[in-house]
Amino acid sequence: MIVGNRKPLEEILEMVRPYKKILLLGCRECITVCAAGGEKEVGVLASELKLHRAKNGEEIEIREHTLERQCDYEYVDQIQPFVDDYEVIVSMACGAGIQYTAERYPKKLVLPAINTTFLGVTLEQGLWSERCQGCGDCILHLTGGICPVARCAKSLFNGPCGGSSNGVCEVDKDTPCAWQLIIDRLKELGQMENYEKIIEVKDWSSARDGGPRTRIREDMRLT
Amino acid sequence: MKTKSNIERLLEKGEFVVTSECGPPRGADAEAVRKKGSLLKDLVDGVNVTDNQTSVVRMSSLASSVILKEMGFDPIWQMVCRDRNRIAIQSDLLGAAALGINNVLCLSGDHQSFGDNPKAKNVYDIDSIQLIQTVKMLRDEGRFLSGEEVKGAPALFIGAAENPFADPFEIRAIRLGKKVKAGADFIQTQCIYNVEKFAKWMDMVRERGLHGQVAILAGVTPLKSAGMAKYMKKNVPGMDVPDSLIERLGAVPKENQAEEGIKICVEMIQQLRNIEGVRGVHIMAIEWEEKVAEIVKAAGLSPRPKA
Amino acid sequence: MRLSYPTNVKVIKVPCTGRVDVNMVLKAFESGVDGVYLAGCEIGDCHFLKGNLRAVKRIAYAKTLLKEIGIEPERVEMFHIATSDGPRFALVAKEMTERVRALGPSPVKQGTRAFKA
Repeated sequence: MIVGNRKPLEEILEMVRPYKKILLLGCRECITVCAAGGEKEVGVLASELKLHRAKNGEEIEIREHTLERQCDYEYVDQIQPFVDDYEVIVSMACGAGIQYTAERYPKKLVLPAINTTFLGVTLEQGLWSERCQGCGDCILHLTGGICPVARCAKSLFNGPCGGSSNGVCEVDKDTPCAWQLIIDRLKELGQMENYEKIIEVKDWSSARDGGPRTRIREDMRLT
Repeated sequence: MKTKSNIERLLEKGEFVVTSECGPPRGADAEAVRKKGSLLKDLVDGVNVTDNQTSVVRMSSLASSVILKEMGFDPIWQMVCRDRNRIAIQSDLLGAAALGINNVLCLSGDHQSFGDNPKAKNVYDIDSIQLIQTVKMLRDEGRFLSGEEVKGAPALFIGAAENPFADPFEIRAIRLGKKVKAGADFIQTQCIYNVEKFAKWMDMVRERGLHGQVAILAGVTPLKSAGMAKYMKKNVPGMDVPDSLIERLGAVPKENQAEEGIKICVEMIQQLRNIEGVRGVHIMAIEWEEKVAEIVKAAGLSPRPKA
Repeated sequence: MRLSYPTNVKVIKVPCTGRVDVNMVLKAFESGVDGVYLAGCEIGDCHFLKGNLRAVKRIAYAKTLLKEIGIEPERVEMFHIATSDGPRFALVAKEMTERVRALGPSPVKQGTRAFKA
């Protein structure tokens, strides 16, 4: 899922300072799974904003609304009937959803309440971890199902580097060395010969480096 | 001979080579480079010039290498993958060769979070092994990574680093094998304190026949005190400092510990020399460069042979 | 047990303190209360196994949120009281009342009056 963190309250307060009527828009997908921008979190932020304004004796009106997704127009269009009752939309979706809402309502100011970070997985309730960076050219079959691009701090293709110590990355003692994980996995799978091979230079043009990307299925498009 | 490198020439003759290090200054003063260099005059066959080590901004490794070259040294120019993409890398390789640099040491580079710019974007377009391949392709095939012809191939002697004490231990010889396959001509190791463990690593290396394909230079760093030994043991990743060494230093009064540290270093060089496959020593006396002369002479490695 | 405890404590019964959400705590302050506390089972005695452990964490989280907003985090608290321990229940009620009284009325009380339609 796409993972993000709710922006610090201070930052959000600063963004909404001039506004009294706010539409707070959550999303039921990824950002709910990582407990950052779902219905519950929309409720918490709404309360926080109201309490803060109350403390300063200032007004605020907040409508809490959580969409199925903010990245599909069928859902984003559902707020059409009431969107103009509000001065501003504060979106708790991921960066994609926030932008899409802004695209569908170009005359409306859409503010981001989330710092979108990575593509990841739930390790346990309350703990999410990065797994993929969308490089566009997956090599998981060569590395025992563990991605060196996303999980190695240096995205090495022929790691580990000299900073790997006791299975821990030099950057952070809580970060496992991705190449230690890969080697252990290759051993378990009986695929150590994969480690002996040199992985050739990466084609980064399919990643973000090549420019903003699009996916097209012509067979699905109606002209 | 693939290049005009001094250490290549000496290795070919079967000489035990000596290299050391010069870290560039945190400023634009060329004199600072010359001052450090002068401490190593006539003591080394090649001098490493670090590349923004620990991600701390310093005078560029290439510029510092050229200053040392003008002094008469044969610099071993270090290049990390952290800060440059393959375009800048190939460009610098050509530039270095044009300026008369004969050796390049290909490294991944410490992560930027260690240095004075932890907010920087890192590059790592290619990794150290792919960098070795790139240099080899430019030099031996006369081709760029893109496949096109190089008009004037850079003749660079290719070096790489290996840490026999990093984890995972069992694959360190395999990784060395990959570097050799990629085209490394010589290897400098991380500084050794546990000679026994290093000897084990050399066993694995010889088992794979790598010692005949690449020249291994053993790294040493003299300890200034028992405190320094303890610090390195505890805080530096991939460092193996045996307790016996710390005890030996601790047994001597504080003011004599530095001298004992030099003694240990010299003894170590002699032990390492006797290990089959070790073709030289790389002395890293960081911020203690003035002791290199004493170490080289006491280890019987002076004067250095003229190539 | 017919023990007396301060009349300003309004009791809301829940099947387990694990049912209580951070949202509920914030909404309580929105409604104009001066303090909120949870009375959960003793650690290790939760009927639902880990409900009271979740409550402990959520109250700790609620404290950080209150602090951010500018409300004293001492206004919210987690207590562990065995179901049968009437005396302790009364004691805690008195303790919390005194604590909140000392802090004074909730800083958002006035402002939240405007929310009530």
